[in-house]
Amino acid sequence: MKLIGKMTILLCGILLIVFANKFPEFGDPHSPASTHLSPYYIEHTMADTAVPNMVTSVLADYRGYDTMFETTVILTAGLACFFLLRLPEEEEKEIYFRHVPTGVTIRIEECGAAPEDSDVFQRIDAQWVPRDIIIRSTSRLLMPFIQIFALYVVAHGHHSPGGGFQGGVILGAAVILFAISHNLRTTVAKISETSAAIMSAAGVFIYAGTGALCVMLGENFLNYGALAPLLGTDRVMARSHGILIVEIGVALAVMSVMIWIYYNLSSAGKQDEGL
Amino acid sequence: MIWQLDLIILVLVIVCAIAAINVKDLLSAAILLGAYSFLLCLLWAIMGAVDVAFTEATVGAGVSTVFCVSAVFHTTRRTTD
Repeated sequence: MKLIGKMTILLCGILLIVFANKFPEFGDPHSPASTHLSPYYIEHTMADTAVPNMVTSVLADYRGYDTMFETTVILTAGLACFFLLRLPEEEEKEIYFRHVPTGVTIRIEECGAAPEDSDVFQRIDAQWVPRDIIIRSTSRLLMPFIQIFALYVVAHGHHSPGGGFQGGVILGAAVILFAISHNLRTTVAKISETSAAIMSAAGVFIYAGTGALCVMLGENFLNYGALAPLLGTDRVMARSHGILIVEIGVALAVMSVMIWIYYNLSSAGKQDEGL
Repeated sequence: MIWQLDLIILVLVIVCAIAAINVKDLLSAAILLGAYSFLLCLLWAIMGAVDVAFTEATVGAGVSTVFCVSAVFHTTRRTTD
């Protein structure tokens, strides 16, 4: 069995290497892609959509249908993680707290009143580590800058590399950084799983809804030029703004799916302790 | 495109990929996969595909490494099966 596997891999590798030589050279001006497809985008992007970054206009406008389903794939990944990993919430019988100044551990029974989780009373989980003030304050300090940069990446995708996917991932990474430096309970208290799920669906809805709005205004699906009367601009600028709306939807979906996957993955579906 | 730089990064990519498969420790494999993604991101940037490089850096090297590490966190050294 092992031999068959190795033979298959070897054969596939040889075939790949042999046929990779048949590809056009890197940057070959006579390759089919460079003679038929690319020139259209290079010549018409600015006139069609008023977006200097061609990649963004191809992704969100010319090939908007693809990107919509990519966003749906991301949502599906989040849902798959949820359905595979999430466990029903259990009633906690006993909770342990540590009173940090004295080092005393307190056990609170089922009906007892638990103190607030603070720097004085720290909740003890199965894996308790002392809270490090340097890590916590540094990541707190970094978070706003990461989020501002993410918003810049989303909003500036028309002019520079970036867009909804990258910006959304960076936004999600900021929240994941908070979850790693603090703990999962604090993060879930701030952004609940329900709101992450709703936001991820809302992002896809914004994308598909923009397309549907174009249909309602009597044009093709995702033809943002139809939004011109609503946005109060001409058709070219409407396509530019339509790309931005769609990118915001993508960013929202990607951000919340990243958070959602992290919640389920880091706590094995229990969503109590986490990494 | 500087071919010497290209060659060094390509060799490092292959080394990282083989090491990530062969290494015994799962955490090291996750980190090596992150290093692999970063090197691949450099390759995309050299080829002029800046958007792809950006996506590779954020998704491949950033978040998926975190996901891998958080999944490895729930494994044990010895299997309980």
